Amino acid sequence: MSIAANRIVAGEGVMAWHLAAPSAVLPGIAAVVAGLLLGLPRAWPRLRFAGSALGLGGLLWLLMRGAPALLDGAGDYARVSPAIGFWCLLLVLMLLMADALVQMTPGPLARGALLAAVLGALALILGSGALSQLSVLQEFASRKAAFADATLRHLGLAFGSLAVAAAFGFPLGIACHRRARLRGATLPALSLLQTIPSLAMFGLMIPLLGWVGDSVPGAQAIGIAGIGFAPAFLALVLYSLLPVVSNTVAGLAAAPPEALEAARGMGMTPRQRLIRVEFPLGLPVILTGLRIVLVQNIGLAVIAGLIGGGGYGTFVFQGLNQTATDLILLGALPTVALALASAIVMDILVDLAGPAQRKSA
Amino acid sequence: MSIGTILRPGLTLLLLALVLKPAWFAPVFAPLAPQGAPVIYERASLLSLSLSHLGLVAAATAAATLVSVTLAILVTRQAGAAFRPLSRTIANMGQTFPPVAVLALAVPALGFGAGPTLVALFLYGLLPIFENTVTALLTLPPATMEAARGIGLNRWQRLVRVELPLALPVMLTGIRLSAVIALGTATIGSTVAARTLGEVIIAGLLTNNTAYVLQGGLIVGLFAVLIYDALVQLEAYLARRTRG
Amino acid sequence: MIEIERITKTYGDVHAVDAVTMTAQTGTITVIVGTSGSGKTTLLRMINRLEEPTSGEVRIKGQSTLATEPHLLRRRIGYAIQGHGLFPHYTVARNIGAVPELLNWPKAKIRARVDELLNLFSMDPAEFRHRYPAELSGGQQQRVGVARALASRPDLMLMDEPFGALDPIIRARAQDDLRRIHKALGSTIMLVTHDMEEAIRLGDRVAVMDEGKLIQHGTPAEIIAQPANGFVADMVGDVERPLRLLSLIPLSDLVEDGAAPGDALPAEASLRDALAACLWTGRNAVPVEHDGAVVGRVTFDAIRARAQIHP
Repeated sequence: MSIAANRIVAGEGVMAWHLAAPSAVLPGIAAVVAGLLLGLPRAWPRLRFAGSALGLGGLLWLLMRGAPALLDGAGDYARVSPAIGFWCLLLVLMLLMADALVQMTPGPLARGALLAAVLGALALILGSGALSQLSVLQEFASRKAAFADATLRHLGLAFGSLAVAAAFGFPLGIACHRRARLRGATLPALSLLQTIPSLAMFGLMIPLLGWVGDSVPGAQAIGIAGIGFAPAFLALVLYSLLPVVSNTVAGLAAAPPEALEAARGMGMTPRQRLIRVEFPLGLPVILTGLRIVLVQNIGLAVIAGLIGGGGYGTFVFQGLNQTATDLILLGALPTVALALASAIVMDILVDLAGPAQRKSA
Repeated sequence: MSIGTILRPGLTLLLLALVLKPAWFAPVFAPLAPQGAPVIYERASLLSLSLSHLGLVAAATAAATLVSVTLAILVTRQAGAAFRPLSRTIANMGQTFPPVAVLALAVPALGFGAGPTLVALFLYGLLPIFENTVTALLTLPPATMEAARGIGLNRWQRLVRVELPLALPVMLTGIRLSAVIALGTATIGSTVAARTLGEVIIAGLLTNNTAYVLQGGLIVGLFAVLIYDALVQLEAYLARRTRG
Repeated sequence: MIEIERITKTYGDVHAVDAVTMTAQTGTITVIVGTSGSGKTTLLRMINRLEEPTSGEVRIKGQSTLATEPHLLRRRIGYAIQGHGLFPHYTVARNIGAVPELLNWPKAKIRARVDELLNLFSMDPAEFRHRYPAELSGGQQQRVGVARALASRPDLMLMDEPFGALDPIIRARAQDDLRRIHKALGSTIMLVTHDMEEAIRLGDRVAVMDEGKLIQHGTPAEIIAQPANGFVADMVGDVERPLRLLSLIPLSDLVEDGAAPGDALPAEASLRDALAACLWTGRNAVPVEHDGAVVGRVTFDAIRARAQIHP
């Protein structure tokens, strides 16, 4: 493992064991090695889980001890950031943890609690200032207000477009479920829409909305313009429609035909069949559609940064322009964390939605 | 189908014209360009950008196909079964990573240029192909597999003559997903200085030249739609054949 | 009383059901039997208007089914189908209570009715009420499906191949259950099957359909003894016809004074059982008992004579 002392331009690698005094580094290295060893045997998932947690703790310890020691006397503009070895180890340990968790198959509530615990621990570590010497967090410190703003924008883009897509997509999905001809026309059209590369889609929205903003009176007053939030939002909504509609159709079609025949035979109206039978049975599939949309939109919202739509993408592309790695990380890391956390939360919801089906599986 | 037979050659011709004879479209895009700014992108030939873009996508998709099909075959053999849950976990987690983030994270490790783009495209392209190939190989009709064993094919013959041909349509779906994602991600690749069509869009965004944005967007969009459609047709053709 | 009058269903040029007229008395089981494509299921589905008839009408207690909105009509008619059609996301109790719920019965009344029906089908309410269909065996699922169809005390119950998905042993038990429950509740039942054996076992009246037409409608004995045409005879099965006929006749019909060797058979047993006993043990007659006392005998010759009456 190496840690690079980094200014904007370049840094030089420093091996983990040269970070600081041996007494400070050894416990961390020992914990990482022990964690990896514990993670190896497949038979005891609990042990593997503990091992991965221990390893992550070791990495954290190294960061906390190493950063101040390196910075000590390195000048005011010196920056410390973890290098490739750290990221690889982090990835491996997280995979170990995930794999151990898959083996242990915890219930939805246990997973929720675990996610909350991990997020809580993360917040605690970041809040405590133990890592504030790291360059990513120094970038953060100098952009606190902008970061909060970007977070709100990003969430607004991702969740707002999801809500709008759901508001249009559900009725459209129900209509498609009822009428095969509409389904045959709608689904291929939406999947073609999905195919258009995101940057092109965002780009195409600009002249379109610019024209709307210029020609429709009052449109500009409510924020519709060629550049900024509106085109990004609209592009995300368009991307979201396919998963919402196709999963609604698939979900509603998932009800067993005999159950639907019985529902008709016992005198349920079409509306009662939809609400009492088709919808509850299709809910897990419909929620899966929302999960796909949410994860996809959190990722795509990054591109909004290119057309002035705000969000974490602003940092990523600023960072790419200035070749400032830390700024890229400041944008990319929260995006990945947000995407992972939403995926886990949505998976839990999907599980909770289908208790009857789970038993039949 | 009838719509497709008219639209397909039409869109192909439009795309060819946009790429080869961009000057034809100057009057169309002119109102969108700012006063005095050039209407048609001239810093690089659109043809060479298209070729470089498609080359990146093709190289990444081909490499991803090779690697992930090999891995999928390995984990679906009896000896590799132990790695199946782990590989599924990796695939699931990997798909949560946004393509843009993968691209951005590849930069610190690899620097700027085509390199990180290629790596990001490759890494992200692995997952759909791997997932689909594993699913396809695990859901082959058991009766057919029994019959293949029954007529005395050895393992290698079963794989090459029965399993892979039957799995091909579903594998192709994965390759299609992968190629479409790669096409889109490659566009963003121009932000890390890879030579792709995204360059045109980004240049337009930076200089407020909507003409560029539209031009680039149309070309990339048409490429994506046509490639997607071509692969769908190919899959449908193969699926018809395997169903006999 | 259910009156079906010249009911017809055409799809394009095809007459799926062709001017069928028949009447079912209150409290009886009518079994409609035919091969697949005979129109038997379409006929059944026109009674609760899952299919709208092209012409003709159905009257239940003198009232035309066309006078009521289809979904309201269906809430008065029980409906059980092959593969049970239970709602996988509802518990057993909610499944059975589905129609009363649609009819806005009070909760306590629904609950009492659910328990009553579970008891009737020999399923302990405390044990089964909260289970999901996926946690039941095939036979239990089928019983819950029939219980659901009976829940609102319907005037009429329609059953479309209700036992089609069961294996032979469970199937025989389900048929016995149905006869027992029919005796207890006295409901009017119309049942569709492709299995003549089942039709003869269950039906008070059997209706044989072929190519959309009603070929013959009568008691099981009439169907066996005087098949209207070759098709009905084929359905009954020429080789087994005498045995089927004997299986419908109890020993009490042929009992005569006299003694016979060996174990006695109960008077409710069929002539088929007695024939089997004679052949198996090499006797020429078997004793018949009633309430534990021997009341006479049935001879091999008498059985043979009875089977020959219908050439």
